[in-house]
Amino acid sequence: MNLAQYVGRSVGFSVAEVGAVFILLCSAARRIPKALKQKHLVVEQMLRIGVGSIPLVLVTSVFTGGVAAVQAAYQFQNYVPLRYLGSVIGKSVVIELGPVLTALVVGGRVGASIAAELGTMKVTEQIDALETLAIDPIRYLVTPRLIAGIIMLPVITIFSDFIAIMGGYVVALIGLGITSHVYFSSLKLFLDTLDVFSGLIKAIFFGIIIAMMGSHHGLRTEGGAEGVGLATTRAVVSSCLLVLITDYVLASLLFRGVFSR
Amino acid sequence: MDQVMIEITDLKKGFGDNAVLKGVNLRVRRGETVVVIGRSGCGKSVLLKHIIGLMKPDSGRIVVDGVEVTALAGEELIEFRKRFGMLFQSSALFDSLSVWENVGLGLLEHTDLDENEVRRIAREKLELVGLTQVEDLRPSELSGGMKKRVGLARAIAMDPPVVLYDEPTTGLDPIMADVINQLIRRLQTTLQVTSIAVTHDMNSAMKIGDRLAMLYGGRIVFEGTPEEVKATQDPVVRQFVEGRAEGPIPIYEG
Repeated sequence: MNLAQYVGRSVGFSVAEVGAVFILLCSAARRIPKALKQKHLVVEQMLRIGVGSIPLVLVTSVFTGGVAAVQAAYQFQNYVPLRYLGSVIGKSVVIELGPVLTALVVGGRVGASIAAELGTMKVTEQIDALETLAIDPIRYLVTPRLIAGIIMLPVITIFSDFIAIMGGYVVALIGLGITSHVYFSSLKLFLDTLDVFSGLIKAIFFGIIIAMMGSHHGLRTEGGAEGVGLATTRAVVSSCLLVLITDYVLASLLFRGVFSR
Repeated sequence: MDQVMIEITDLKKGFGDNAVLKGVNLRVRRGETVVVIGRSGCGKSVLLKHIIGLMKPDSGRIVVDGVEVTALAGEELIEFRKRFGMLFQSSALFDSLSVWENVGLGLLEHTDLDENEVRRIAREKLELVGLTQVEDLRPSELSGGMKKRVGLARAIAMDPPVVLYDEPTTGLDPIMADVINQLIRRLQTTLQVTSIAVTHDMNSAMKIGDRLAMLYGGRIVFEGTPEEVKATQDPVVRQFVEGRAEGPIPIYEG
């Protein structure tokens, strides 16, 4: 195979893949009203995605906030007074660090678990068995995960934002000698509700990406344990990549378009 | 009761270069049990999956109860499957659900029965297949034979008019295999369930089948009652029924 063929085939494959994910997303979204009638399925997924991720997000966020404080203080040296530390941490956390790092961590954890679970169901004929019971696998398996992703990612992001800001505060207080009053008044000074809002919009998209990548790769699993491993890897890698790409696209749209004055 | 329930016409299916079904023709009358026999890997399970619409044929058609399955898709196909029960070779139990939820999932999803009622029906179906006090266990806690029987209880939970069995007795001890054989017979005699079973267990095939059909080389090469199967001089059928390594059926595949 020469290079042109290889590139051509890869591009063709990627386009087909994007199309397949998009079709799955549309099918899953169309079934939302039906899936909402079976609340127990949705609640179960919300608990798994949301509550299950809390310890991981807690640790990630504390250190993210902490390192943001240390790095900002270093870059402020001789240029910006340290009393603005709170607003820099606040803004970078709610706009960028909170939503993106949460999505990457949750994407790794939840994306992998969705792909592994659905993949195992696929290779052990459990998906076929669902269909023979006249149960639509997309409605029963994918849509509840999609709804849970859309609801829980913003919720965990708010939690992550709060923890990261507190992490930054602890470092500022203990390591940098900034008082509580200075930190929080600076936080309030420049932090806009639109900033928080933009972070949450991103989180909704990230929730969709994580649920869909896990489901798509899970449902396409073939060939036993090796296939499940491959599906899991693909789900995590693709959701992390898509989170970062979508983050850039949304940032451009939101901050150069909608919110710019 | 001579009405045709399932009619398969010139069904063809291949995977890549490997043609598995090369023009299968088979008719099953209402209330009849037809057993498709054939070697492992000859396409028996593939045939079953086509009947219930889990696979799409390359060509040919399947009509069940006047409805062309091969032309259905989406919601219609899902709705149509309520007429079927299917027992999988690997049981395919949902490992995230308990045994009674496995058996009752169809009822929980498609009827307004409350949980207690579904549990009661599930227990009843489990008793039919010889299982008691397992309803709160997880599938991972069951032996292979027990899983198979739970799978069977799940297949008949909604009292479907058509039941498909993929290797119903494989992995069971001879006594339990006979219990399952009797159960399949009973479903047919008391409820007039139409069934297709695929198996390579000749003992079971002879017991449950009104007619046997041998799938070989992607086609049905022989059809007949158990007596006709015993009496036939067809070398392919003889070799299979007698379980001999020597004969017209090649041992090496590829």
